[in-house]
Amino acid sequence: MSRRFYGRGLPGVDLALLRGKLIVIEGADGSGRTTHTAMLRDWMERSGYATEEVGLKRSNLVAAELDRAQQGNTLGPITQTLFYATDFADQLENKIIPALRSGFIVLADRYIYTMMARAMVRKLDQDWVRKMYSIALVPDAVFYLDVPPKVLAGRIFRKGRLLDYWESGMDVRRTGDMYSNFIKYQDQVRSEFRRMRNQYGFDVVNGNRSPRVVHRELQGKIQNLLGI
Amino acid sequence: MNPPPQDLPGRLIAVEGLDGSGKSTQIYLVKRWLELEGYKVFFTEWNSSLLVRSATRKGKKRQLLTPTTFALIHCTDFADRYEREILPLLSAGHVVLADRYIYTAFARDASRGCDREWIRSLYGYARHPDLTFFFDVPLETALNRILDGRPRLKYYEAGMDLGLAQDEYQSFRLFQGRIYQEYLSMAPEFNFIRIDSDRSPEVMHREVRQVISQRIDLPAYRWRSRNP
Repeated sequence: MSRRFYGRGLPGVDLALLRGKLIVIEGADGSGRTTHTAMLRDWMERSGYATEEVGLKRSNLVAAELDRAQQGNTLGPITQTLFYATDFADQLENKIIPALRSGFIVLADRYIYTMMARAMVRKLDQDWVRKMYSIALVPDAVFYLDVPPKVLAGRIFRKGRLLDYWESGMDVRRTGDMYSNFIKYQDQVRSEFRRMRNQYGFDVVNGNRSPRVVHRELQGKIQNLLGI
Repeated sequence: MNPPPQDLPGRLIAVEGLDGSGKSTQIYLVKRWLELEGYKVFFTEWNSSLLVRSATRKGKKRQLLTPTTFALIHCTDFADRYEREILPLLSAGHVVLADRYIYTAFARDASRGCDREWIRSLYGYARHPDLTFFFDVPLETALNRILDGRPRLKYYEAGMDLGLAQDEYQSFRLFQGRIYQEYLSMAPEFNFIRIDSDRSPEVMHREVRQVISQRIDLPAYRWRSRNP
C-alpha cells in the first residue's frame, strides 16, 4: 500500500520516503487500549522491530497545557478540538513522520478518530473536523477495541479509578448522575466509531475478552500486515 | 462548518493591517469613543486566551512551532476567545471590537506556506465581521515605524522560522512584504474597508467614526439604564 495523506497533507513531506508502518489502536478508556499497545510493543521489539509510540496529549508542545486547560472545565468544544489537533500535528511532524522515515513501526495509542467521534457527539460540523485532519497520514491498520460501556465503567472502577469528567460527557449533558451520563456518552461515541468503520476501514476487535485472547488476535493480524 | 450565525443582535468590528499600521491605536480610540458615549462595547485582541497563551509562549520561546502547529495553536487561541467572549457578547447584543481577526491568520499562515484552503477551513466556525477596517500603509512606512521603535525582533515575528534571510531585519522586511500582499489579495473578497494610514491618528479616526456611524445603528447598542 502506498503511503498517503487523508487530504492535502503537510507541505514538504516526501511520502515515498516513509518506509515504516503506522498502526493505530483505538478504543475508549478501559477498553484495554494502553495494555495492548504495550503488549504489541514488547512483542515487536522482541522480534527486532524498532518502534515509536504516540498518543493523545503526548506532544512536547501542548500536552501539559491541554491537561491544565481541561482541569477548569471551561474549555469549549471547538477550542478543545483544535487544542487536540495542535497536539496531534506536533506529534505527526516531530515523531510519526521522522520515525516512519527511519523505518520504525509507529504504534498510535489512539489517533485522529477519537477526536472525530468526540466532535461528532458534541454536534460539531463533520466536514470541519475532517478537513482539519486532512493533514493526517492514512495508517496501515486501525484496530478498534470494542467494549460495551458498562464493561468499561466496571474496569475503571475495578482499577480503583473514578469516571473522568470529559469521558463522561459532562460537558454535553448534565441531566443524570455521572454514571448514567458516562454510559450514554460512551454509547454515542461507540456509534460514531461504528459509523466511521467503513469510511476509514477500521478493524473492529471484540475487546470484551481476556487480554491474552485479544492480543493473539491483534498479533495475527499484524503479522499478516508486516509479513512476519 | 455549519454556517456561523450572522443574525445575532450584536455587531462585530475588526481591524486588520501590518504591525505599525496604526490599527491598535484606532480600535482603542473606537473603544473609548463608544464607552464614553454609553454603548455596550467589548474589546478582544489577538493571541490573548488565558487557556492557550502559556502553550503559545512556550512554543515560541523554545522555537517548537512549525507553520502547521503555529497555525493550529493560534486557531485554538482564537476559538477559546470566540466561544467564551465573542459569540456570547454578540448574542447579548454588544458591539464587539477585535484587534486582529481571522484575516491575520489567513495572511500570516499563508505567508508561512500553509495551504490557504486548509487555513480557511480551520476558521470555518467563525462568523465574518460586520465591518473590517484594513489599515493600509506603505510597507516601508510600517517597517520604519516598527524598526525604529522596537529594535529587538522576536523569532517568529521576524519570520525567522522561514529561513528567508540570515539577518532578522531583512527577514522581517521580506515576511511583512508577503503578509502585505496577502492582505491586498483578500481585500475585495472580504470587503475590507481600506483606511489610508499614512495620516495623523485624529484624521484617520474621523473617517473610522464616520463609517461606523453610517453602517451601524449605534443607538440600538446603548445601555438602557446607566449605573447610578
